[in-house]
Amino acid sequence: MFDWLFRYANPARFLGLSGAVLPWLAAVTVLTIGTGLYLGFSAPPDYQQGRTVLIMFIHVPAASMATVVYLSMAVASLFSLVNRHILADVAARTAAPIGAVFTLLALATGSLWGKPMWGTWWEWDGRMTSTLVQFFLYLGYSALWNAIEDETKAARICAILALVGAVNIPIIKFSVDWWATLHQGESIVSGHVAPVFLGPLLTMMGGYFLLFLTLWLVRIRTMIVERRARNLMGAEA
Amino acid sequence: MSFDVAPYGAFIWPAYAVTVIALGGLIVWTIAKWRAAKAKLAALEKQ
Repeated sequence: MFDWLFRYANPARFLGLSGAVLPWLAAVTVLTIGTGLYLGFSAPPDYQQGRTVLIMFIHVPAASMATVVYLSMAVASLFSLVNRHILADVAARTAAPIGAVFTLLALATGSLWGKPMWGTWWEWDGRMTSTLVQFFLYLGYSALWNAIEDETKAARICAILALVGAVNIPIIKFSVDWWATLHQGESIVSGHVAPVFLGPLLTMMGGYFLLFLTLWLVRIRTMIVERRARNLMGAEA
Repeated sequence: MSFDVAPYGAFIWPAYAVTVIALGGLIVWTIAKWRAAKAKLAALEKQ
């Protein structure tokens, strides 16, 4: 079923293909984020939030990416466990630092929006607490990779941790429905965002996703090259 | 396009600043690692 995927997952082929795609991907990323910022700063103040709506254009994309990156890591971990493919290990491992930064940004920008709008920097409600747990999952996952010397063993154990940690994703998503939280409920799909704000918000979300893809590809390429260098050093020794 | 964020500038600008610093740092770190790895491999292949 995934034969086509594994054809491109050959490290040498991946390096060639990603090298050709990356300059275009980086250019489209810059263009999309630039457009999103222009649209955001051109939007009028919200009738309730005033200009703090500007924080939403960087907070919501960061929060979405915190989950999307974890999902990518979990899928790569599943491939790592089932197919034992080296590129799946590398993909999962290299996604973690990017996810950690997006999660930290979601927490920080959310806090900076919460103070003027809710009157508090932080509240131990379902959404914020589960997002903080996700941040620690990213850190724990990366720490575990670095703590185990045998890479094959590290890949198995970290893949299991990533899959177990994926339980947190539905908790983050549905926390606003399951518990009475200070954090507002889902508003994009339900159509509660005015079109004048939806444009910049979706553009920024697209830009953040493209940024993730760009950084992920570069990091995967870096780790492949590092492994080649280690193999060469091992052959020389 | 307007940069008038009054009266919430004390929250909006730090939010953008922390985003630029974190994402900028991530980009610089990623590129630096890539360059270092590429240089190391090139040096080893030359030997």
